[in-house]
Amino acid sequence: MSRLTIRQRQVVWAYIFLLVPMTFFILIRIIPTLSAFNISLHDWNPLAAEQTFVGLENYRQLWEDLLNPRSVTHKAFVNTFKYVLIGMPIQLVTALAIALLLNEITRMSTLFRAIFFIPFVTSTVAIAWVWRWLYQPQYGFFNVMLSFFGLPQQPFLKSPNQALYSITAVVVWQGLGFAIIIFLAGLKQVPETFYEAAKIDGANRWQSFWRITLPLLNTTLVYLAVLQTISFLRMFDYVINMTTQGDGGPLASTTTVTLRVYREAFSSFDMGYASALTVALFGIILVITIVQLKFLSRDY
Amino acid sequence: MTVLEQDREITEVKAASSSGGFLESQKRQDKLLKLLAYFLLILGGLTMVIPFIWMISTSLKPASEIYQGNFFPNAATLNNYRTVLLETPFLRWYLNSFIVATISTVSVVFFDSLIGFVFAKYHFPLKNVMFLLILSTLMIPTEMLLIPWFIMSVNPPVGPAWVNSYWGIAFPGIITAAGAFLMRQFMTGVPDELLDAGRIDGVSEFGLFWRIAMPLTLPAMSALAIFNFLGNWNAYIWPLIVTSDKAMMTLPVGLSFFSNENGADWHLIMTGATLSVVPLMIVFIIFQRQIIRGIALTGVKG
Repeated sequence: MSRLTIRQRQVVWAYIFLLVPMTFFILIRIIPTLSAFNISLHDWNPLAAEQTFVGLENYRQLWEDLLNPRSVTHKAFVNTFKYVLIGMPIQLVTALAIALLLNEITRMSTLFRAIFFIPFVTSTVAIAWVWRWLYQPQYGFFNVMLSFFGLPQQPFLKSPNQALYSITAVVVWQGLGFAIIIFLAGLKQVPETFYEAAKIDGANRWQSFWRITLPLLNTTLVYLAVLQTISFLRMFDYVINMTTQGDGGPLASTTTVTLRVYREAFSSFDMGYASALTVALFGIILVITIVQLKFLSRDY
Repeated sequence: MTVLEQDREITEVKAASSSGGFLESQKRQDKLLKLLAYFLLILGGLTMVIPFIWMISTSLKPASEIYQGNFFPNAATLNNYRTVLLETPFLRWYLNSFIVATISTVSVVFFDSLIGFVFAKYHFPLKNVMFLLILSTLMIPTEMLLIPWFIMSVNPPVGPAWVNSYWGIAFPGIITAAGAFLMRQFMTGVPDELLDAGRIDGVSEFGLFWRIAMPLTLPAMSALAIFNFLGNWNAYIWPLIVTSDKAMMTLPVGLSFFSNENGADWHLIMTGATLSVVPLMIVFIIFQRQIIRGIALTGVKG
């Protein structure tokens, strides 16, 4: 057998190996993506016999809703950005602080690391219900504590002014462990000699942190910021489980884009409009991904 | 090495030239800082643990104690567990979650490794096109696919409807692009000489993958397996959409359904939450090192 046929045999095998995976990616990923665009151009009701093509009508409706501050869709987008802008920075700063503290200690650091990580491996739905119980008026843990210290009771999830922040706190709490592990891995990459050199030059800890640690953690920070931003943008599990009837209330104060998609598609059966919403979400995530690639490919 | 030695020398010179008092105060400051670190970490640790303790404590309380605001139950009982396990399909939901997570994990580990192996070790026409195609699917948010998947599951290309079936819950996740890229990275590390030696010994191409490449990438594969299992075990939105039959729900969907039905029965809801959280905690405690190392290694999110 000549060398060429061995090569050719390998090519054939490569195609055989990729047969199932490529079929999967085309059938379950690529075609459904195109289908989502297609559905968004229809007045699509799964219960109707026929789906009528309406062109950009769903997008026009979406645009109109976005401009109308009283529409639920408008609130969903505003809330989603609020979750990102409040939750993401708090999560990163807290996780970095804890990672630095964990780096400081020698004993029991594995134990602490595990404790901070436990919420991350547990089911979001279970966590959402546990916190919903913690937030209950009068008999929930927080209000029991507040009255124990003689402080006024708080409505938490029952108040349109507090609900969004109460839910954000849970997301931050559950995701901390993951961010801490990534930060710890990043901190390990910073050579110890840098700190020693800085110490010799008379830098204090605070200066070392701002001049050495933070700049060298830049890639880690960008990576985590994008990851958390995207997961906050897709918020769903917490909101549907922490609000009455999963409605994103009170008064649509906690509803998110994904919850709107779910309600429009599977409660109102307006799948065309829901698909237009997902296309908008896709656009936002795409822009963030591109910005991330730009940042990550820059040299520091 | 030499730089390090130089560093040490300089440090020593500096230390010798500065007064002993400075070093003393530096040491005391370090100790104080460490104490403060422990204090803050214990505070943070309590914040992590208290919700779980409150959850378990509530699950052990009789209904009459729920609205008394005591931290620990006065008359602890396992009755809630009996109620939840025997009078609801909780055990069935466990089984469903276990089956779905196992099917997709086995499939993901096999296919993602195979994709990784092919793209790391073979040269063939259209390789880059296929690679880009898979890469591009990473940018598509799942939310966008839910509606098409649902329509497809109601009217599948083959066989009866996929809704309310294990296949219906599992099919979107039987292969993952992220896992394939992860495995490709690790498969690149498998030496070509080893594969060529195998070829000379008459090992088939699949044998090269199965008997040489896979064992060599075991650490990455186990990390992938653990995260995939966790991810599927906790998955919510798709199983919620594709199941309406109570008997086919997965644990998170069932828990959500059960909790919504039982409104103010917090002792039962917390029992359900405990039942769905505790197995994972046990798994985590057993595999703690691997899980944490795996995350640091791969940076994947479960």
